[in-house]
Amino acid sequence: MSGITPDSAPKHFRTALAKVRGRGAAKSGTGDFWMQRMTSVAGVPLTIMAIVIGIFLLGRNQAAAAQILGSPLVGIIMLLFVICTVVHMKIGMQEIVVDYVPDESTKLTLLLANTFFCWSVGVISVYALLKLSFGL
Amino acid sequence: MADTLDRRAPVTRPISPHLQIYRLPLTLVMSGLHRITGFVLYFGMLLVCWWFLAAAQGPNAYAKFQWFAGSIIGQIVILGYTWSLIHHTLGGIRHLIWDTGRGFGPQEREWLAAATIIGSLALTFVVALIGYLAMGGSR
Repeated sequence: MSGITPDSAPKHFRTALAKVRGRGAAKSGTGDFWMQRMTSVAGVPLTIMAIVIGIFLLGRNQAAAAQILGSPLVGIIMLLFVICTVVHMKIGMQEIVVDYVPDESTKLTLLLANTFFCWSVGVISVYALLKLSFGL
Repeated sequence: MADTLDRRAPVTRPISPHLQIYRLPLTLVMSGLHRITGFVLYFGMLLVCWWFLAAAQGPNAYAKFQWFAGSIIGQIVILGYTWSLIHHTLGGIRHLIWDTGRGFGPQEREWLAAATIIGSLALTFVVALIGYLAMGGSR
């Protein structure tokens, strides 16, 4: 099947272009592209700061780590780092999936899993950081 | 029509030149590494998430995290995560330079590729050394 005839061989002769012509632009074609650039620009300083904070916390006990991570500056930097990273990695993994997974149902499953994973990791991290700051 | 074509073209024959045909230029390897390190960092975020959560939960949870972080496997994972993070950041800076339309010349792109890998390895070494000393050297 994977020879020269793709699995998704069309059953008709209308081209993909002909089908969308006249419907206007989707208006959101560059949304992910632009968001990936914005989060990468923001990610450079945030990553450097996160690494510095990480080194600073090495070998400290929970009380000290909680105090430092719960301090306003460190807490806000880490919150920004997490949110920026989670947005960036969701778009990145989405790009990997659409590049390498041709099967439609597998692709949709993985895209769904990607969204769930990124939201979960992001929300759990933000929850933990807010708890450290406010002691909820 | 499709059936005839299918029988005539063996599936194993390369249809167009692909990875196995080319020598691996440094720029290609760096392109691949950027994606691979991004993939690694995706799951590495679980580690960061666990770290924050353990700190928020209390001494017992944090002790479990520290036990893992201090184990051989934990050390390898953290070192791998650190290198991936630094490499992906430097690779990202390279992409941002390209986004401005600069750095596409034959020497420039080779230089940028070399700077990415040499920079990431050197910075990871420095970070690991500082971390090692911060942990009290050889315990």
